[in-house]
Amino acid sequence: MKSGLRSLILALLFAPMVLLSTSAVFIEERLDDPEMEARAREISAGIRCLVCQNQSILDSNADLAKDLRQIVRERVSLGEDDDKVREFLVIRYGDWVLLDPQFKLSTLFLWLGPAVIFIMGAFAAFMFLRGRNRQPDMEVANELTADEEAELKDLINPETDRFGRNS
Amino acid sequence: MRLRFSAPVLTFAAIAVVMWYALFNLNPAEIPSELVSKPAPEFSLDPVPGYGPGLAQADLATGKVTLLNVFASWCVACLAEHPFFMELKKQNLVEIYGLNYKDKPNAAAQWLNRHRNPYERTGMDLKGRVGIDFGVYGVPETFVISADGKILDKIIGPVSKDIFDIRIRPLLKEAGS
Repeated sequence: MKSGLRSLILALLFAPMVLLSTSAVFIEERLDDPEMEARAREISAGIRCLVCQNQSILDSNADLAKDLRQIVRERVSLGEDDDKVREFLVIRYGDWVLLDPQFKLSTLFLWLGPAVIFIMGAFAAFMFLRGRNRQPDMEVANELTADEEAELKDLINPETDRFGRNS
Repeated sequence: MRLRFSAPVLTFAAIAVVMWYALFNLNPAEIPSELVSKPAPEFSLDPVPGYGPGLAQADLATGKVTLLNVFASWCVACLAEHPFFMELKKQNLVEIYGLNYKDKPNAAAQWLNRHRNPYERTGMDLKGRVGIDFGVYGVPETFVISADGKILDKIIGPVSKDIFDIRIRPLLKEAGS
C-alpha cells in the first residue's frame, strides 16, 4: 500500500517531464506559409547543432543553432528546395552538419560497413557451427578395416569360452 | 584450430587499438574546416568603432600569410589568447585581422581599449552571418590566410605558442614571409 502510493507520487512527478520533453522545440518565428514552415522544421531536424553535436538545430537552444534555424527559414522562404538548403550549410560546415550522412564514395563504409560486418560474422558463425556438427561424421568416416572388424567381433562375442574351448 | 583461437583475440586487439587512438588523439569537438584551400568567403564589414579600417574579402589577399582571428568581448578564451597576439604584433611575425563576432560595438571597442589592439583591421559581424559563411561555430577561431586570400588552416580555440609553432609557423615559412 505504502509503496504503491510512493510510485504513484513519483509517476505524477515525472509525468510532466516526459510530456514536456517531447515538445522541446524552439521556434522564434514562424513562416506564414504552413507548408514552408513544416519544410523548414523538417530540414532543421536533420541539421546537426555544431555546438552541442548530438542534437539537431531544431532541438537546441544554442545561439548558433538559432542562427542556423533562421537561415534555414530564410532559404526555404526564398523558394529553395530541401537539398539546396542543406547544400548551403554543407558548403560551410561540411557533411558533418547533416545528422544523416549522404550516401557517396567516402561514406560507403559508413553505410555498408555494418551490413558487411554482419555478413562476415554470420559467415563465421555458419562455418563454426557446421564444423562442430561435422565432428561426429569424422568418427564414422574412420571405418574399421575388415580385419579389425573381425577382431572386434571376436572380442565382443568370443567364439571360445573362458577356458579357450570352442563352443 | 590455431586461427580459430587467435581470430577473436586479433579482432579485439584491432578494435582496442582503434579506440585507444581515437580516445587520446581525436577530439570530437574539433570539426575540421570545410573551407581549407578555398578562397575566403565574400564579405565586407564596418570596423569596431575607433579600430578601423573595416574588413572585407579583398583585404585578406595581402601578398603574405596573415591570420584572421574571430573574437568577441564576451568570449573568455579570447582573453586567454590575447596576450600572445600582442606578442606576435610586437615581434612583427604576422599580421592579424580581427573579426568581431556577434558583439556590441561599444563592448568590442572597450575590450580592445582595455586589452590593447593586436589587429591591423577589424570588422564587426554583428549578426554572425559572416561567421557562418566562414563556418565558425564558436569563438575563438583563427584562420590562416594565404597570400592570395585563401584559407590555409583553421585553429579552433585559443592560439598558444605551441599551436603557433606547430601549425602556423610552418605555413609562414612555406610562404617565405
